[in-house]
Amino acid sequence: MSRNLVVAGHGMVAQRFLEAFADRGPDGWTVTVLAEEDRPAYDRVRLSAWFDSYDAADLDLGGAPAGVELRLGQPVTAIDRDRRVVSTPAGETPYDVLVLATGSRAFVPPISGSDLPGVFVYRTIEDLEQLKEWSTANGRRVGAVLGGGLLGLEAANALRLLGLETHVVEFAPRLMPLQVDEGGGAVLKRHIEGLGVTVHTARGCAGLEGGPDGVTRMRFNDGGELAVDVVVVAAGIRPRDELAEAAGLAKGPRGGFLVDDACATADPAIWAIGECASLSVAGGDGVCYGLVAPGYAMAEVVADRLTGGESKMALPDTSTKLKLLGVDVASFGAPFAPGLDVVVTDQVTGVYAKLLLTDDAKTLLGGILVGDASAYPTLRASLGGPLPAAPLAMLAPAGEGGAKMDLPGTAQVCSCHAVTKDHVTDAIAGGCADVAGLKTCTKAGTGCGSCIPLLKQLLAAGGVAQSKALCEHFTYSRQELFDIIRVRRVTSFSELVSEYGSGRGCDICKPAIASILATTNPGYILDGEQAALQDTNDHFLANIQRDGTYSVVPRIPGGEITPEKLIVIGEVARDFGLYTKITGGQRIDLFGARVEQLPVIWQRLVDAGFESGHAYGKALRTVKSCVGETWCRYGVQDSVGLAIDLELRYRGLRAPHKLKSAVSGCARECAEARSKDFGIIATENGWNLYVAGNGGFRPRHADLFLTDLSTQDLVRYIDRFLMYYIRTADRLQRTSAWLEAMDGGLDHLRDVIVDDSLGLCAELDAQMAQHVTAYADEWRATLDDPDRLARFVSFVNAPDTPDPDIKFEVERGQNVPTRQGPVPVTIGGAR
Amino acid sequence: MTITTSTAYWTTVCAYDRLLPERGVAALVDGVQVAIFRTYDGDLYALGNRDPIGGAQVMSRGIVGDRGGVPTVASPLHKQVYDLRTGECLDLPGVLVPTYPVRCEGGLVEVLVDRL
Repeated sequence: MSRNLVVAGHGMVAQRFLEAFADRGPDGWTVTVLAEEDRPAYDRVRLSAWFDSYDAADLDLGGAPAGVELRLGQPVTAIDRDRRVVSTPAGETPYDVLVLATGSRAFVPPISGSDLPGVFVYRTIEDLEQLKEWSTANGRRVGAVLGGGLLGLEAANALRLLGLETHVVEFAPRLMPLQVDEGGGAVLKRHIEGLGVTVHTARGCAGLEGGPDGVTRMRFNDGGELAVDVVVVAAGIRPRDELAEAAGLAKGPRGGFLVDDACATADPAIWAIGECASLSVAGGDGVCYGLVAPGYAMAEVVADRLTGGESKMALPDTSTKLKLLGVDVASFGAPFAPGLDVVVTDQVTGVYAKLLLTDDAKTLLGGILVGDASAYPTLRASLGGPLPAAPLAMLAPAGEGGAKMDLPGTAQVCSCHAVTKDHVTDAIAGGCADVAGLKTCTKAGTGCGSCIPLLKQLLAAGGVAQSKALCEHFTYSRQELFDIIRVRRVTSFSELVSEYGSGRGCDICKPAIASILATTNPGYILDGEQAALQDTNDHFLANIQRDGTYSVVPRIPGGEITPEKLIVIGEVARDFGLYTKITGGQRIDLFGARVEQLPVIWQRLVDAGFESGHAYGKALRTVKSCVGETWCRYGVQDSVGLAIDLELRYRGLRAPHKLKSAVSGCARECAEARSKDFGIIATENGWNLYVAGNGGFRPRHADLFLTDLSTQDLVRYIDRFLMYYIRTADRLQRTSAWLEAMDGGLDHLRDVIVDDSLGLCAELDAQMAQHVTAYADEWRATLDDPDRLARFVSFVNAPDTPDPDIKFEVERGQNVPTRQGPVPVTIGGAR
Repeated sequence: MTITTSTAYWTTVCAYDRLLPERGVAALVDGVQVAIFRTYDGDLYALGNRDPIGGAQVMSRGIVGDRGGVPTVASPLHKQVYDLRTGECLDLPGVLVPTYPVRCEGGLVEVLVDRL
């Protein structure tokens, strides 16, 4: 007979439990989840990422496993242990086994005014939605966060992104008092103040004042005051253990369902996991853990126990590594325990690091890193064992010495999924050749992702070559070649390949080098040796089709076109028998042009005021737009005008891959800007800039990068975004893959092109200015020069004879290539 | 007794200077489409212009380079690479394009197309 397993709650830990349970394939269970929230489990660790997209789907964890009945909006309100039944507002559900995973709630300290409108907590997607709606309403200017811990700093970043003047109020004398010590706190504070956030440490809130229209003032315990429009309370969390008392279940000293190291309560039918559990290991006091990794470990233990296993919780690892307001912060092991410490404070670069060792200096007990946490994966994996290298060498910036790889096999590489070095090296020996493979095989790197650098090192140590060579002719990556060409002022492929490569190039390196040369030496791309580097599309300034004909795409900036120009396109298409189709980028593609027809077709287009649309190039394609405020009753800005300006600014810009853009005149987003490499959405106050979106093969929504920009600032940041991409991306790497591969991701990008952390901005600006000045229409430049026109012949010895193999038939009133049967392939053999 | 009659003869297609280094041109020789390439060193090669995979007459528009020192051209349709000396496809064993003798005589490029 089937047994009933009931799970109370559907958060990250419950989801992990359900997956772990399902993975073990137990028979004879009916699994029901009773959840309070109206949405299935989502990634609360990445809650703040909601501000990147305002799309809850980005945080989705994939829903309950197949076969599990998930009842949303049905919180468990009582447990009847005698009858083994739980109650929800909808009725009763019997259980044989009950797993409590009710999580925690935000703690709001008892201060007056905490119930005023405009006071929020930071816990659920709904909290964030309400916070955003309130904060972006007119006139809201100043926001304050109560609590300078991990969550408080996340909330501060959210207020900052919402455009508010931001304050952080922390009662303790330093930020993140639970994770970092005084020295680390001071470095962290300096970083965060550098972002324009005001930090009030050693200061308590005595009360909030305001009225029905919202909070207006925060009073401090030292008598000071601050005028505020928004307050976020991030003063910690408390376990959701309301069910305990009525059910007669014991609680821990600071709340939470008291469980032993098997996560079992005193009732053998009831278990508790995650933040609602007060875990007592080896008879110690119960402790609630507000981190996901211990919660996941508890989920695994209970799943194992229910399927006949005997696993137990060890004392959880509370190590954390995160990026708060762009600052790396990591804390691992027991950084406050007595022992010998090694401390490095670099006030110049804003880096603080502390390692704590046993008195014999042989065993690593813990540590704190602020400003640069690149050593974290190795250090965390070395906890409880000897350091793989001298302490100072371990802390040296970006020190990737081989010594670091001497981790013991049992060292935990991925703490989210408890994956050891042995697991990873076994997977590599079994054929995993990249990070993606390791993620699939071992789950390592699929949690917080902080161990990915270590996975890369293990791959390298395992002899898996992570070659960055462009092709057989160059051992350099595209980025390195870009730097060589720029710094050494290389102007030709031959010069480059003879000094820095070998052989005569191929279809991989030649177009890539041509693209780099187009940036470093702007101008006509088809003169001299450069002509031989281009793919056929660039070589003939048109797009080759399957039958060897080409398609022609005149530029229609922003998708705006006069009736006269539309008529010219129609006449040209009719006169040359071209198949006509509207593209996804709001322009018109004319198909079926033979190579010798291209100049005649373009002469007519250029005479009518058209220019090249660069549909053939790895270059800016279009800036699509909605009609905007000119006509649309919802529009708040002139999206068409901006789209035209941007398209004209970046036309002809060569890049590692094609570039697409769009501008929407309001948040309804009719131009689909978030599927573009750079997308712009109008706001009441200016423009929001989104970057690194993609449609196509692997769709990705663009990330919100900057908000409420003036047009001038918007253009400046797009200039730098594009130039930084052009300089540093791999060949054929779209902006989305480029950003995802970037160490530090969006925050790093912001550091480089907003805060100028690499001192590059002036160069990027100058390079874009050079592009804008040097731009000339390639088709006009071609038509004006008989030498350049010479290549547009069908046959060198019969320039006016059309290729006799090109044949059309008529389909739906237009010419299309004649479809032959399967194309014969000449098979080698006797000739 | 069999008498073999060869109608092959050298056809002049263009001036040598008309060819760009590491680029090709198409020529029509008595109905046969030929792709003629000039390498960086100045050598000449001639292949059939038809891409045997895609079926279109486009080989002359491919990128010329080398693979392991072997002079090559890549099809502009799907980038398969062919040995300019033998016409063999280096990516798909067994696939071939025809080759034709080609030479430079008095500054003119001549190709020999055998029409037996």
